[in-house]
Amino acid sequence: MKNYLFRRMLQLMIVMILASFLTFGLTYISPSDPAEMILTSHDIVPTEELLEQTREEMGLNDPFIVQYGNWLKNLLSGDFGYSYSTRGPVADILAQRLYMTVRLALVSLLFLIVFSLSLGILSSIKKNTVVDIMIRGISFVGISIPTFWLGLILIYLFVVKCHWFKITDPNAIESVILPALTLSIPLIGRYIRQIRAAILEQYSQDYVVGARARGIRESKIIIKHILPNALMGIVTLLGLSVAVLLGGTVIVENIFSWPGLGSMALTAITYRDYPLLQSYVIFMTLIYVSINFIVDITIQTLDPRVSIIGGDMDEK
Amino acid sequence: MRSRKRIKVFFIIILSIAILSIVFAIIAPVFAPNDPLQTDFVHILEKPSEKYLFGTDQVGRCVYSRILYGAKVSLGMTFLLLSLIFIFGLIIGIVAGMAGGIIDTTIMRIADTVLSFPDIVFAIAIVGILGPGMRNTILALSVIWWTKYARLTRVLVMGIKNREYVDAAVMVGAGKLKLITHYILPNIISPLIVQLALDIGGMMLALAGLSFLGLGVQSPTPEWGNMLNEGRSYMQTAPWLLIYPGVAIFIVVSIFNILGDTVRDLLDPKHV
Repeated sequence: MKNYLFRRMLQLMIVMILASFLTFGLTYISPSDPAEMILTSHDIVPTEELLEQTREEMGLNDPFIVQYGNWLKNLLSGDFGYSYSTRGPVADILAQRLYMTVRLALVSLLFLIVFSLSLGILSSIKKNTVVDIMIRGISFVGISIPTFWLGLILIYLFVVKCHWFKITDPNAIESVILPALTLSIPLIGRYIRQIRAAILEQYSQDYVVGARARGIRESKIIIKHILPNALMGIVTLLGLSVAVLLGGTVIVENIFSWPGLGSMALTAITYRDYPLLQSYVIFMTLIYVSINFIVDITIQTLDPRVSIIGGDMDEK
Repeated sequence: MRSRKRIKVFFIIILSIAILSIVFAIIAPVFAPNDPLQTDFVHILEKPSEKYLFGTDQVGRCVYSRILYGAKVSLGMTFLLLSLIFIFGLIIGIVAGMAGGIIDTTIMRIADTVLSFPDIVFAIAIVGILGPGMRNTILALSVIWWTKYARLTRVLVMGIKNREYVDAAVMVGAGKLKLITHYILPNIISPLIVQLALDIGGMMLALAGLSFLGLGVQSPTPEWGNMLNEGRSYMQTAPWLLIYPGVAIFIVVSIFNILGDTVRDLLDPKHV
């Protein structure tokens, strides 16, 4: 286990270094000139002389690898630079925005777990009945519906037509419901299927037949025997869905004008605010990689049978 | 449990529908009653009528015609992306699987690393920095998604390359290329097709999503994602701008998702 932990930590670090390299490299080859961006953001008309001076000050004339090194050094010491558009320190903006995105993501996760577990279990218990077919229908719609369209439809129905929700103030408790639903419904669709399949697979196992033969109540079999065994696959899925959740926040935050990291990234793209965009990518990657790390460790702890000696998941 | 025969019949039906929708997308311009780019400021935000089946948008363009043209753009982009990552992933996967050793390790480490990135976040970053547009969107998504196919191909190749029939083929003098095209490929292709079929819907959604964010297809080219993006400001006065493009994406993605499931049931009987 120790060895495995070490290997995974190492892998995590390599991924992060590569991500930072890619992010920096992309901005490096981008068509915009950071010196010009910074001057115009301070309302200074960039003359050739001034540009050259700023470039020298910002170290833009250094070789790529030196620039990357300096940037990485600053990043590691918590200095994310200054935003071109708001002129404030990126770290402050990130902290503010992160809170909103985490709030959105956590509520979505809550919806996800509650709805997919209950519907998934229900549909497997009532296999091939009307209930099952209905739940599978919902799940299919969830998978095929575009997030952005779902969000717009929800706004149209519940805000414009019925006035059930107000979404103008993101700090109000109720305003998180529609964005969180939009973010979680496509995932709920996917999860219902997986949970249903995972439980049905367990149903045919000998230990379930055995438990039934001993006269144990059906509800007890499900809660005590089947669920813990089906949980493994579900935890893995949870890890895989984090990417979808993080990617989805951009669209959902955009639709609902939610002041989180996703809408920040889009604004950063519009204003070519690269320090902001860079830290967004680095931050999201860090969150994603860390969550996957935690999920892997959880799986290891839950089921020691998963090979840790080889450590290679290549053979699936 | 559905019988194999029923799955086969169902597969043929859904495949025909999918092919029909592709054909329809290609010849869509024939059906379009109006020019999708023709603005008409006398008829802006008009309700659906006989002349404008799905109404008109904020600059008086025919929504129905735009949706028809949009089919071509959406499906075209999806299949271009799909072929790119499929071919690239297949070649890399076969090379890794056949070569083994240091080549294999290097390729797979790169693939693992790319796979550990949050995909859409990176796509947004790449497109955002290189500049919005169709080409950069497809590029960004291919850079990330080839890994899935490369890994799958590699595992499949590793699984069969030491089988007797492959050895036998080598013994009777089959060259590397012949070995791959005649012995390896036919035996690994069906799991790959299953994966491909399952992925079409998701890719279509990702592409439309990026266009919706203003990163993919740019106006005035009609694409369902960017049509929804443009229409959303008129939600209160012209809900048809919201409904029809969304329904179009939903239907097409549904068709391909059902197709994907059916292909899997057909080629991967374990799953049923």
